[in-house]
Amino acid sequence: MITLVFYCLSAILVFAAARVITVRNPVQAALFLVLAFFTSAGIWLLLEAEFLAIALVLVYVGAVMVLFLFVVMMLDINTDSVREGFARYFPVGGLVGVLILMEMILVLSSTFFNKKAENISLDVPLVDNTTALGRVLYVDYLYAFEIAAVILLVAMVAAITLTLRNRKESKRQYPEQQVKVTRAERIKLVDMTSDGN
Amino acid sequence: MLLSFASLAVGLFLLLAALLITLIQLPDKILILGLIVTVPVLLLMVAYLTYAERKIIGYIQIRIGPNRVGPRGGLQPIADAIKLMFKEIILPRTSNRFLFISAPILAMAPALAAWAVVPFAKDWVFSDINAGLLYILAMTSIGVYGVIIAGWASNSKYAFLGALRSAAQIVAYEIAMGFALVGVLMASGSLNLSAIVEAQAGKFGFFSWFWLPLFPLFVIYFISGVAETNRAPFDVAEGESEIVAGFHVEYSGMLFAVFFLAEYLNMILISALTAIMFMGGWLSPFVGTPIEVWFSWVPGVVWFFGKTAFFLFLLLWFRATFPRYRYDQIMRLGWKVFIPITIVWLLVVGVFILAELPPWFSIEGGI
Repeated sequence: MITLVFYCLSAILVFAAARVITVRNPVQAALFLVLAFFTSAGIWLLLEAEFLAIALVLVYVGAVMVLFLFVVMMLDINTDSVREGFARYFPVGGLVGVLILMEMILVLSSTFFNKKAENISLDVPLVDNTTALGRVLYVDYLYAFEIAAVILLVAMVAAITLTLRNRKESKRQYPEQQVKVTRAERIKLVDMTSDGN
Repeated sequence: MLLSFASLAVGLFLLLAALLITLIQLPDKILILGLIVTVPVLLLMVAYLTYAERKIIGYIQIRIGPNRVGPRGGLQPIADAIKLMFKEIILPRTSNRFLFISAPILAMAPALAAWAVVPFAKDWVFSDINAGLLYILAMTSIGVYGVIIAGWASNSKYAFLGALRSAAQIVAYEIAMGFALVGVLMASGSLNLSAIVEAQAGKFGFFSWFWLPLFPLFVIYFISGVAETNRAPFDVAEGESEIVAGFHVEYSGMLFAVFFLAEYLNMILISALTAIMFMGGWLSPFVGTPIEVWFSWVPGVVWFFGKTAFFLFLLLWFRATFPRYRYDQIMRLGWKVFIPITIVWLLVVGVFILAELPPWFSIEGGI
Protein backbone atom coordinates (compact mmCIF):
# COMPACT_ATOMS: atom_id res chain seq x y z
CA MET A 1 0.00 0.00 0.00
CA ILE A 2 2.70 2.45 1.05
CA THR A 3 4.78 1.49 -1.98
CA LEU A 4 1.83 2.22 -4.25
CA VAL A 5 1.29 5.63 -2.65
CA PHE A 6 5.01 6.31 -2.94
CA TYR A 7 5.10 5.54 -6.66
CA CYS A 8 2.01 7.67 -7.27
CA LEU A 9 3.52 10.61 -5.41
CA SER A 10 6.90 10.18 -7.11
CA ALA A 11 5.30 10.10 -10.54
CA ILE A 12 3.41 13.31 -9.79
CA LEU A 13 6.57 14.88 -8.36
CA VAL A 14 8.70 14.06 -11.40
CA PHE A 15 5.97 15.24 -13.76
CA ALA A 16 5.48 18.50 -11.85
CA ALA A 17 9.22 19.16 -11.60
CA ALA A 18 9.61 18.60 -15.34
CA ARG A 19 6.70 20.92 -16.10
CA VAL A 20 8.20 23.69 -13.94
CA ILE A 21 10.97 24.17 -16.48
CA THR A 22 9.12 23.22 -19.68
CA VAL A 23 5.88 25.17 -19.34
CA ARG A 24 5.78 28.54 -21.13
CA ASN A 25 3.66 30.54 -18.73
CA PRO A 26 5.54 31.66 -15.57
CA VAL A 27 2.41 31.53 -13.40
CA GLN A 28 1.77 27.95 -14.43
CA ALA A 29 5.41 27.14 -13.74
CA ALA A 30 5.06 28.54 -10.22
CA LEU A 31 1.89 26.50 -9.68
CA PHE A 32 3.68 23.34 -10.81
CA LEU A 33 6.42 24.17 -8.32
CA VAL A 34 3.74 24.34 -5.62
CA LEU A 35 2.52 20.91 -6.71
CA ALA A 36 6.09 19.61 -6.56
CA PHE A 37 6.55 20.91 -3.01
CA PHE A 38 3.26 19.41 -1.96
CA THR A 39 3.99 15.95 -3.32
CA SER A 40 7.49 15.92 -1.83
CA ALA A 41 5.89 16.78 1.52
CA GLY A 42 3.67 13.73 0.95
CA ILE A 43 6.76 11.57 0.38
CA TRP A 44 8.32 12.88 3.60
CA LEU A 45 5.12 11.97 5.41
CA LEU A 46 5.55 8.40 4.18
CA LEU A 47 9.00 8.45 5.82
CA GLU A 48 7.27 9.43 9.09
CA ALA A 49 8.98 12.83 9.07
CA GLU A 50 5.73 14.61 9.84
CA PHE A 51 7.33 17.76 11.22
CA LEU A 52 9.48 18.35 8.14
CA ALA A 53 6.59 17.58 5.81
CA ILE A 54 4.23 20.00 7.50
CA ALA A 55 6.95 22.66 7.79
CA LEU A 56 7.59 22.33 4.05
CA VAL A 57 3.93 22.91 3.28
CA LEU A 58 3.66 25.72 5.82
CA VAL A 59 6.79 27.64 4.81
CA TYR A 60 7.17 26.98 1.09
CA VAL A 61 3.63 26.34 -0.09
CA GLY A 62 1.89 28.60 2.41
CA ALA A 63 4.17 31.61 2.46
CA VAL A 64 7.10 31.66 0.00
CA MET A 65 5.19 30.53 -3.07
CA VAL A 66 2.29 32.90 -2.31
CA LEU A 67 4.74 35.81 -2.40
CA PHE A 68 6.36 34.36 -5.49
CA LEU A 69 3.03 34.06 -7.29
CA PHE A 70 2.18 37.58 -6.15
CA VAL A 71 5.24 38.90 -8.00
CA VAL A 72 5.05 36.60 -11.01
CA MET A 73 1.37 37.35 -11.64
CA MET A 74 2.13 41.05 -12.00
CA LEU A 75 4.97 40.57 -14.48
CA ASP A 76 4.22 40.79 -18.14
CA ILE A 77 6.91 38.49 -19.44
CA ASN A 78 7.42 38.40 -23.18
CA THR A 79 8.59 34.85 -23.84
CA ASP A 80 10.10 35.71 -27.25
CA SER A 81 12.57 38.22 -25.85
CA VAL A 82 13.55 35.76 -23.14
CA ARG A 83 14.29 33.05 -25.69
CA GLU A 84 16.46 35.38 -27.80
CA GLY A 85 19.27 35.20 -25.25
CA PHE A 86 19.12 31.42 -25.03
CA ALA A 87 21.99 30.67 -27.41
CA ARG A 88 24.19 33.35 -25.86
CA TYR A 89 23.78 32.09 -22.30
CA PHE A 90 23.77 28.39 -23.15
CA PRO A 91 27.54 27.75 -22.54
CA VAL A 92 27.43 29.29 -19.04
CA GLY A 93 24.17 27.57 -18.18
CA GLY A 94 25.41 24.27 -19.55
CA LEU A 95 28.62 24.52 -17.50
CA VAL A 96 26.66 25.17 -14.29
CA GLY A 97 24.35 22.28 -15.14
CA VAL A 98 27.24 19.88 -15.68
CA LEU A 99 28.87 21.03 -12.41
CA ILE A 100 25.65 20.42 -10.45
CA LEU A 101 25.23 17.03 -12.10
CA MET A 102 28.80 16.01 -11.17
CA GLU A 103 28.31 17.14 -7.57
CA MET A 104 25.11 15.14 -7.34
CA ILE A 105 26.84 12.05 -8.72
CA LEU A 106 29.74 12.45 -6.27
CA VAL A 107 27.46 12.92 -3.28
CA LEU A 108 25.00 10.18 -4.17
CA SER A 109 27.69 7.62 -4.94
CA SER A 110 29.50 8.26 -1.64
CA THR A 111 29.29 5.70 1.15
CA PHE A 112 26.85 7.79 3.16
CA PHE A 113 24.00 7.20 0.75
CA ASN A 114 25.00 3.69 -0.23
CA LYS A 115 23.60 1.99 2.81
CA LYS A 116 21.03 -0.62 2.00
CA ALA A 117 17.51 0.61 2.62
CA GLU A 118 16.74 -2.17 5.09
CA ASN A 119 19.70 -1.20 7.26
CA ILE A 120 18.13 2.15 8.08
CA SER A 121 15.52 1.47 10.70
CA LEU A 122 12.57 3.82 10.87
CA ASP A 123 11.65 3.23 14.51
CA VAL A 124 14.76 4.72 16.11
CA PRO A 125 13.50 7.72 18.09
CA LEU A 126 11.60 7.10 21.29
CA VAL A 127 10.39 10.70 21.22
CA ASP A 128 8.37 12.07 18.30
CA ASN A 129 10.40 13.80 15.63
CA THR A 130 9.19 17.32 16.50
CA THR A 131 10.83 16.91 19.91
CA ALA A 132 13.89 15.24 18.40
CA LEU A 133 14.37 18.05 15.90
CA GLY A 134 13.88 20.66 18.62
CA ARG A 135 16.60 19.05 20.72
CA VAL A 136 19.04 18.97 17.83
CA LEU A 137 18.37 22.60 16.87
CA TYR A 138 18.09 24.25 20.27
CA VAL A 139 20.37 22.08 22.45
CA ASP A 140 23.06 20.39 20.37
CA TYR A 141 23.60 22.99 17.66
CA LEU A 142 22.32 26.12 19.36
CA TYR A 143 25.22 28.39 18.34
CA ALA A 144 25.17 27.31 14.72
CA PHE A 145 21.43 27.90 14.65
CA GLU A 146 21.74 31.36 16.18
CA ILE A 147 24.55 32.34 13.82
CA ALA A 148 22.39 31.28 10.87
CA ALA A 149 19.54 33.38 12.25
CA VAL A 150 21.78 36.45 12.61
CA ILE A 151 23.09 36.03 9.06
CA LEU A 152 19.51 35.97 7.77
CA LEU A 153 18.67 39.06 9.80
CA VAL A 154 21.68 40.92 8.39
CA ALA A 155 20.67 39.92 4.86
CA MET A 156 17.15 41.18 5.49
CA VAL A 157 18.30 44.51 6.91
CA ALA A 158 20.69 44.92 3.99
CA ALA A 159 17.97 44.19 1.44
CA ILE A 160 15.65 46.71 3.05
CA THR A 161 18.26 49.46 3.26
CA LEU A 162 19.30 48.88 -0.36
CA THR A 163 15.77 49.35 -1.65
CA LEU A 164 14.60 52.03 0.76
CA ARG A 165 14.02 55.38 -0.89
CA ASN A 166 12.50 58.42 0.75
CA ARG A 167 10.63 60.16 -1.99
CA LYS A 168 9.74 63.76 -1.29
CA GLU A 169 6.59 63.80 -3.39
CA SER A 170 4.99 60.69 -1.88
CA LYS A 171 2.04 61.42 0.36
CA ARG A 172 1.29 59.42 3.44
CA GLN A 173 -1.03 59.40 6.38
CA TYR A 174 -0.03 59.55 10.01
CA PRO A 175 -2.58 57.50 11.96
CA GLU A 176 -1.31 58.72 15.32
CA GLN A 177 -2.10 62.32 14.32
CA GLN A 178 -5.46 61.29 12.91
CA VAL A 179 -6.38 59.60 16.17
CA LYS A 180 -5.43 62.66 18.22
CA VAL A 181 -7.77 65.00 16.34
CA THR A 182 -10.37 66.63 18.57
CA ARG A 183 -13.78 67.97 17.72
CA ALA A 184 -12.66 71.57 18.24
CA GLU A 185 -10.08 71.34 15.44
CA ARG A 186 -12.53 70.19 12.79
CA ILE A 187 -15.94 71.65 13.59
CA LYS A 188 -16.92 75.31 13.82
CA LEU A 189 -20.52 76.15 14.71
CA VAL A 190 -21.88 79.33 13.13
CA ASP A 191 -25.02 81.11 14.25
CA MET A 192 -27.38 81.81 11.36
CA THR A 193 -31.00 82.71 10.96
CA SER A 194 -33.07 79.86 9.61
CA ASP A 195 -33.78 81.42 6.18
CA GLY A 196 -30.08 81.79 5.48
CA ASN A 197 -29.87 85.60 5.30
CA MET B 1 -23.65 21.24 -18.13
CA LEU B 2 -21.41 18.49 -19.42
CA LEU B 3 -18.48 19.98 -17.52
CA SER B 4 -20.36 20.15 -14.25
CA PHE B 5 -21.26 16.47 -14.63
CA ALA B 6 -17.65 15.67 -15.39
CA SER B 7 -16.41 17.49 -12.30
CA LEU B 8 -19.12 15.82 -10.24
CA ALA B 9 -17.98 12.43 -11.50
CA VAL B 10 -14.35 13.22 -10.70
CA GLY B 11 -15.31 14.37 -7.21
CA LEU B 12 -17.35 11.26 -6.54
CA PHE B 13 -14.54 9.06 -7.78
CA LEU B 14 -12.04 10.78 -5.47
CA LEU B 15 -14.43 10.40 -2.55
CA LEU B 16 -14.89 6.70 -3.27
CA ALA B 17 -11.15 6.21 -3.66
CA ALA B 18 -10.49 7.92 -0.34
CA LEU B 19 -13.13 5.76 1.33
CA LEU B 20 -11.66 2.60 -0.19
CA ILE B 21 -8.16 3.52 0.94
CA THR B 22 -9.34 4.13 4.48
CA LEU B 23 -11.29 0.86 4.40
CA ILE B 24 -8.25 -1.12 3.36
CA GLN B 25 -5.73 0.75 5.46
CA LEU B 26 -7.66 1.09 8.70
CA PRO B 27 -9.92 -1.65 9.96
CA ASP B 28 -11.17 0.89 12.49
CA LYS B 29 -14.90 1.07 11.69
CA ILE B 30 -15.50 3.92 14.13
CA LEU B 31 -13.22 6.20 12.15
CA ILE B 32 -15.11 5.58 8.90
CA LEU B 33 -18.43 6.03 10.64
CA GLY B 34 -17.09 9.29 12.07
CA LEU B 35 -16.11 10.47 8.58
CA ILE B 36 -19.50 9.56 7.15
CA VAL B 37 -21.23 11.48 9.95
CA THR B 38 -18.90 14.47 10.25
CA VAL B 39 -18.75 15.69 6.66
CA PRO B 40 -22.56 15.95 6.16
CA VAL B 41 -22.91 17.50 9.63
CA LEU B 42 -20.31 20.13 8.73
CA LEU B 43 -22.04 20.87 5.42
CA LEU B 44 -25.39 21.14 7.20
CA MET B 45 -23.77 23.51 9.70
CA VAL B 46 -22.59 25.63 6.78
CA ALA B 47 -26.09 25.70 5.31
CA TYR B 48 -27.66 26.82 8.55
CA LEU B 49 -24.83 29.24 9.27
CA THR B 50 -25.89 31.17 6.16
CA TYR B 51 -29.46 31.15 7.50
CA ALA B 52 -28.27 32.28 10.95
CA GLU B 53 -26.20 35.00 9.33
CA ARG B 54 -29.15 36.41 7.40
CA LYS B 55 -31.47 36.19 10.41
CA ILE B 56 -29.02 37.67 12.93
CA ILE B 57 -27.88 40.49 10.69
CA GLY B 58 -31.54 41.08 9.86
CA TYR B 59 -32.47 41.46 13.52
CA ILE B 60 -29.41 43.64 14.19
CA GLN B 61 -30.59 45.94 11.39
CA ILE B 62 -34.23 45.80 12.63
CA ARG B 63 -35.43 43.66 9.73
CA ILE B 64 -36.91 40.17 9.84
CA GLY B 65 -34.66 38.36 7.39
CA PRO B 66 -35.77 35.34 5.36
CA ASN B 67 -39.23 34.18 6.49
CA ARG B 68 -41.01 32.78 3.42
CA VAL B 69 -39.61 29.29 2.78
CA GLY B 70 -40.70 26.87 5.48
CA PRO B 71 -41.51 27.77 9.08
CA ARG B 72 -39.76 31.08 9.92
CA GLY B 73 -37.79 30.72 6.71
CA GLY B 74 -36.06 27.61 8.04
CA LEU B 75 -35.88 25.88 4.66
CA GLN B 76 -34.27 28.90 2.93
CA PRO B 77 -30.73 27.40 2.82
CA ILE B 78 -32.08 24.22 1.21
CA ALA B 79 -33.89 26.28 -1.42
CA ASP B 80 -30.73 28.31 -2.04
CA ALA B 81 -28.64 25.17 -2.44
CA ILE B 82 -31.06 23.68 -4.96
CA LYS B 83 -31.19 26.94 -6.90
CA LEU B 84 -27.39 27.16 -7.07
CA MET B 85 -27.10 23.55 -8.18
CA PHE B 86 -29.37 24.09 -11.19
CA LYS B 87 -27.78 27.33 -12.34
CA GLU B 88 -25.60 27.37 -15.39
CA ILE B 89 -21.84 27.39 -14.87
CA ILE B 90 -20.44 30.08 -17.13
CA LEU B 91 -16.85 29.68 -18.27
CA PRO B 92 -15.31 32.93 -19.57
CA ARG B 93 -13.86 32.34 -23.03
CA THR B 94 -10.43 33.81 -22.25
CA SER B 95 -10.07 32.11 -18.89
CA ASN B 96 -7.69 29.29 -18.13
CA ARG B 97 -10.30 26.54 -18.04
CA PHE B 98 -8.53 23.92 -15.96
CA LEU B 99 -7.42 26.35 -13.25
CA PHE B 100 -10.77 28.13 -13.35
CA ILE B 101 -12.57 24.93 -12.41
CA SER B 102 -9.98 23.66 -9.95
CA ALA B 103 -9.78 26.93 -7.96
CA PRO B 104 -12.99 26.39 -5.93
CA ILE B 105 -11.93 22.81 -5.22
CA LEU B 106 -8.55 24.07 -4.02
CA ALA B 107 -10.34 26.50 -1.70
CA MET B 108 -12.63 23.80 -0.35
CA ALA B 109 -10.19 20.91 0.16
CA PRO B 110 -7.94 22.45 2.88
CA ALA B 111 -11.00 23.83 4.68
CA LEU B 112 -12.28 20.26 5.03
CA ALA B 113 -8.87 18.63 5.55
CA ALA B 114 -8.08 20.81 8.57
CA TRP B 115 -10.90 19.13 10.52
CA ALA B 116 -8.86 15.92 10.63
CA VAL B 117 -6.99 17.03 13.76
CA VAL B 118 -9.74 19.01 15.53
CA PRO B 119 -10.76 17.31 18.80
CA PHE B 120 -14.54 17.57 19.24
CA ALA B 121 -14.41 16.10 22.73
CA LYS B 122 -12.07 13.94 24.77
CA ASP B 123 -10.71 11.27 22.35
CA TRP B 124 -13.15 12.41 19.64
CA VAL B 125 -10.55 13.21 17.04
CA PHE B 126 -9.78 11.59 13.70
CA SER B 127 -6.02 11.90 13.85
CA ASP B 128 -4.41 12.67 17.19
CA ILE B 129 -1.06 13.72 15.69
CA ASN B 130 1.63 15.50 17.67
CA ALA B 131 2.18 18.28 15.15
CA GLY B 132 -1.53 19.13 15.04
CA LEU B 133 -1.07 22.84 15.59
CA LEU B 134 1.39 23.08 12.68
CA TYR B 135 -0.92 21.05 10.48
CA ILE B 136 -3.76 23.47 11.19
CA LEU B 137 -1.54 26.44 10.38
CA ALA B 138 -0.40 24.80 7.14
CA MET B 139 -3.95 23.96 6.05
CA THR B 140 -5.34 27.42 6.76
CA SER B 141 -2.45 28.99 4.86
CA ILE B 142 -2.88 26.96 1.67
CA GLY B 143 -6.55 27.95 1.48
CA VAL B 144 -5.39 31.18 -0.16
CA TYR B 145 -4.44 29.32 -3.35
CA GLY B 146 -8.11 28.94 -4.21
CA VAL B 147 -8.49 32.72 -4.14
CA ILE B 148 -5.26 33.48 -6.00
CA ILE B 149 -5.82 30.91 -8.73
CA ALA B 150 -9.45 31.97 -9.14
CA GLY B 151 -8.38 35.57 -9.55
CA TRP B 152 -5.69 34.79 -12.06
CA ALA B 153 -7.52 32.14 -14.09
CA SER B 154 -10.62 34.34 -14.53
CA ASN B 155 -8.55 36.74 -16.69
CA SER B 156 -10.52 39.68 -15.35
CA LYS B 157 -9.15 42.85 -13.79
CA TYR B 158 -11.49 42.87 -10.81
CA ALA B 159 -10.85 39.23 -10.02
CA PHE B 160 -7.12 39.82 -10.35
CA LEU B 161 -7.19 42.78 -7.95
CA GLY B 162 -9.10 40.66 -5.47
CA ALA B 163 -6.52 37.90 -5.71
CA LEU B 164 -3.60 40.30 -5.18
CA ARG B 165 -5.25 41.89 -2.16
CA SER B 166 -6.01 38.51 -0.70
CA ALA B 167 -2.44 37.24 -1.15
CA ALA B 168 -0.90 40.26 0.58
CA GLN B 169 -3.43 40.13 3.38
CA ILE B 170 -2.96 36.43 4.08
CA VAL B 171 0.83 36.72 4.20
CA ALA B 172 0.59 39.66 6.62
CA TYR B 173 -1.88 38.09 9.03
CA GLU B 174 -0.45 34.61 8.95
CA ILE B 175 2.67 35.82 10.74
CA ALA B 176 0.65 37.36 13.57
CA MET B 177 -1.46 34.21 13.72
CA GLY B 178 1.64 32.02 13.89
CA PHE B 179 3.11 34.10 16.73
CA ALA B 180 -0.17 33.89 18.65
CA LEU B 181 -0.02 30.12 18.30
CA VAL B 182 3.59 30.14 19.55
CA GLY B 183 2.19 31.65 22.76
CA VAL B 184 -0.32 28.79 23.05
CA LEU B 185 2.46 26.32 22.36
CA MET B 186 4.63 27.84 25.12
CA ALA B 187 1.78 27.86 27.63
CA SER B 188 0.66 24.30 26.96
CA GLY B 189 4.04 22.76 26.13
CA SER B 190 2.57 20.77 23.25
CA LEU B 191 1.63 20.95 19.57
CA ASN B 192 -1.11 18.37 20.04
CA LEU B 193 -4.56 19.99 20.10
CA SER B 194 -5.97 17.51 22.63
CA ALA B 195 -2.99 18.12 24.92
CA ILE B 196 -3.54 21.88 24.57
CA VAL B 197 -7.11 21.48 25.81
CA GLU B 198 -5.99 19.20 28.65
CA ALA B 199 -3.39 21.78 29.70
CA GLN B 200 -6.22 24.26 30.31
CA ALA B 201 -8.01 22.04 32.83
CA GLY B 202 -7.77 23.58 36.27
CA LYS B 203 -9.45 24.28 39.54
CA PHE B 204 -10.91 27.60 38.45
CA GLY B 205 -12.93 26.46 35.44
CA PHE B 206 -13.50 29.42 33.14
CA PHE B 207 -10.57 31.37 34.62
CA SER B 208 -7.98 28.64 34.25
CA TRP B 209 -8.29 28.65 30.45
CA PHE B 210 -5.64 30.34 28.34
CA TRP B 211 -7.71 33.35 27.30
CA LEU B 212 -6.74 35.19 30.48
CA PRO B 213 -2.92 34.85 30.58
CA LEU B 214 -2.74 35.05 26.76
CA PHE B 215 -5.41 37.73 26.38
CA PRO B 216 -3.63 39.88 23.72
CA LEU B 217 -2.75 36.75 21.74
CA PHE B 218 -6.35 35.54 22.02
CA VAL B 219 -7.71 38.80 20.59
CA ILE B 220 -5.06 38.92 17.86
CA TYR B 221 -5.62 35.30 16.90
CA PHE B 222 -9.34 35.81 16.49
CA ILE B 223 -8.96 39.04 14.51
CA SER B 224 -6.30 37.44 12.28
CA GLY B 225 -8.70 34.55 11.80
CA VAL B 226 -11.34 36.98 10.57
CA ALA B 227 -8.77 38.44 8.17
CA GLU B 228 -7.65 35.00 7.02
CA THR B 229 -11.21 33.93 6.18
CA ASN B 230 -11.75 37.18 4.20
CA ARG B 231 -14.72 38.11 6.34
CA ALA B 232 -15.97 41.63 7.00
CA PRO B 233 -14.39 44.00 8.05
CA PHE B 234 -11.40 42.46 6.23
CA ASP B 235 -13.26 41.39 3.08
CA VAL B 236 -11.22 43.51 0.65
CA ALA B 237 -10.70 40.42 -1.54
CA GLU B 238 -14.42 40.54 -2.34
CA GLY B 239 -15.12 44.20 -1.73
CA GLU B 240 -18.42 44.20 -3.61
CA SER B 241 -18.66 47.99 -3.43
CA GLU B 242 -15.15 48.62 -4.83
CA ILE B 243 -14.16 45.68 -7.05
CA VAL B 244 -17.66 44.22 -7.59
CA ALA B 245 -17.05 40.81 -6.02
CA GLY B 246 -13.30 40.44 -6.24
CA PHE B 247 -11.91 37.02 -6.96
CA HIS B 248 -15.26 35.32 -7.68
CA VAL B 249 -16.80 37.86 -10.09
CA GLU B 250 -16.72 35.40 -12.98
CA TYR B 251 -18.07 32.42 -11.08
CA SER B 252 -21.64 31.24 -11.18
CA GLY B 253 -23.77 28.31 -10.13
CA MET B 254 -22.18 25.43 -8.28
CA LEU B 255 -18.60 26.68 -8.64
CA PHE B 256 -19.60 29.88 -6.86
CA ALA B 257 -21.39 27.83 -4.22
CA VAL B 258 -18.22 25.86 -3.52
CA PHE B 259 -16.35 29.12 -2.78
CA PHE B 260 -19.15 30.01 -0.41
CA LEU B 261 -18.95 26.62 1.27
CA ALA B 262 -15.20 27.01 1.75
CA GLU B 263 -15.60 30.46 3.30
CA TYR B 264 -18.20 29.29 5.80
CA LEU B 265 -16.27 26.11 6.60
CA ASN B 266 -13.26 28.28 7.37
CA MET B 267 -15.40 30.48 9.62
CA ILE B 268 -16.51 27.43 11.60
CA LEU B 269 -12.93 26.17 11.70
CA ILE B 270 -11.50 29.44 13.03
CA SER B 271 -14.21 29.64 15.70
CA ALA B 272 -13.60 26.03 16.72
CA LEU B 273 -9.84 26.60 16.91
CA THR B 274 -10.25 29.72 19.03
CA ALA B 275 -12.48 27.68 21.34
CA ILE B 276 -9.89 24.91 21.54
CA MET B 277 -6.80 27.01 22.05
CA PHE B 278 -8.05 29.80 24.28
CA MET B 279 -11.43 28.74 25.66
CA GLY B 280 -10.76 25.24 26.89
CA GLY B 281 -12.29 23.21 24.02
CA TRP B 282 -14.61 20.60 25.49
CA LEU B 283 -13.97 21.57 29.14
CA SER B 284 -16.84 22.73 31.30
CA PRO B 285 -16.60 26.36 32.46
CA PHE B 286 -18.02 25.55 35.89
CA VAL B 287 -15.20 23.35 37.20
CA GLY B 288 -14.35 24.45 40.76
CA THR B 289 -17.57 26.41 41.30
CA PRO B 290 -20.45 25.25 43.58
CA ILE B 291 -22.71 24.59 40.57
CA GLU B 292 -20.19 22.24 38.93
CA VAL B 293 -22.27 19.13 39.69
CA TRP B 294 -25.36 20.58 38.02
CA PHE B 295 -23.57 20.52 34.70
CA SER B 296 -21.51 17.38 35.04
CA TRP B 297 -23.98 15.43 32.84
CA VAL B 298 -23.36 17.72 29.86
CA PRO B 299 -21.12 15.94 27.31
CA GLY B 300 -17.94 17.75 26.29
CA VAL B 301 -18.98 18.05 22.67
CA VAL B 302 -21.86 20.32 23.73
CA TRP B 303 -19.48 22.74 25.43
CA PHE B 304 -17.23 22.61 22.37
CA PHE B 305 -20.01 23.44 19.92
CA GLY B 306 -21.44 26.03 22.31
CA LYS B 307 -18.14 27.89 22.38
CA THR B 308 -17.77 27.55 18.61
CA ALA B 309 -21.27 28.97 18.16
CA PHE B 310 -20.38 31.92 20.39
CA PHE B 311 -17.40 32.84 18.21
CA LEU B 312 -19.46 32.34 15.06
CA PHE B 313 -21.98 34.78 16.46
CA LEU B 314 -19.15 37.26 17.04
CA LEU B 315 -18.12 36.91 13.37
CA LEU B 316 -21.67 37.71 12.24
CA TRP B 317 -21.86 40.57 14.71
CA PHE B 318 -18.62 42.05 13.32
CA ARG B 319 -20.02 41.91 9.84
CA ALA B 320 -23.17 43.76 10.87
CA THR B 321 -21.24 46.39 12.85
CA PHE B 322 -17.95 47.41 11.26
CA PRO B 323 -17.32 49.17 7.96
CA ARG B 324 -14.71 47.61 5.68
CA TYR B 325 -11.09 48.47 6.42
CA ARG B 326 -9.16 50.39 3.82
CA TYR B 327 -6.38 48.34 2.25
CA ASP B 328 -3.47 50.34 3.72
CA GLN B 329 -5.11 50.26 7.15
CA ILE B 330 -5.24 46.48 6.97
CA MET B 331 -1.54 46.31 6.15
CA ARG B 332 -0.67 48.74 8.94
CA LEU B 333 -2.71 46.80 11.50
CA GLY B 334 -1.17 43.49 10.50
CA TRP B 335 2.49 44.46 10.24
CA LYS B 336 2.88 47.40 12.59
CA VAL B 337 0.42 46.63 15.37
CA PHE B 338 -0.25 42.91 15.65
CA ILE B 339 3.22 41.49 15.05
CA PRO B 340 4.99 43.76 17.62
CA ILE B 341 2.29 43.09 20.23
CA THR B 342 2.56 39.33 19.79
CA ILE B 343 6.36 39.39 20.06
CA VAL B 344 6.22 41.46 23.26
CA TRP B 345 3.59 39.17 24.74
CA LEU B 346 5.70 36.09 23.97
CA LEU B 347 8.38 37.58 26.24
CA VAL B 348 5.75 38.21 28.92
CA VAL B 349 4.55 34.60 28.65
CA GLY B 350 8.15 33.47 29.01
CA VAL B 351 8.40 35.44 32.26
CA PHE B 352 5.09 33.92 33.45
CA ILE B 353 6.41 30.44 32.80
CA LEU B 354 9.71 31.08 34.59
CA ALA B 355 7.81 32.58 37.55
CA GLU B 356 5.41 29.60 37.49
CA LEU B 357 2.51 32.01 37.79
CA PRO B 358 -0.48 30.20 39.33
CA PRO B 359 -2.95 28.86 38.35
CA TRP B 360 -1.97 28.58 34.69
CA PHE B 361 1.74 27.92 34.86
CA SER B 362 2.17 26.33 38.28
CA ILE B 363 3.81 22.95 37.78
CA GLU B 364 1.12 20.72 39.26
CA GLY B 365 -1.72 22.60 37.54
CA GLY B 366 -0.80 23.31 33.97
CA ILE B 367 2.26 21.93 32.30
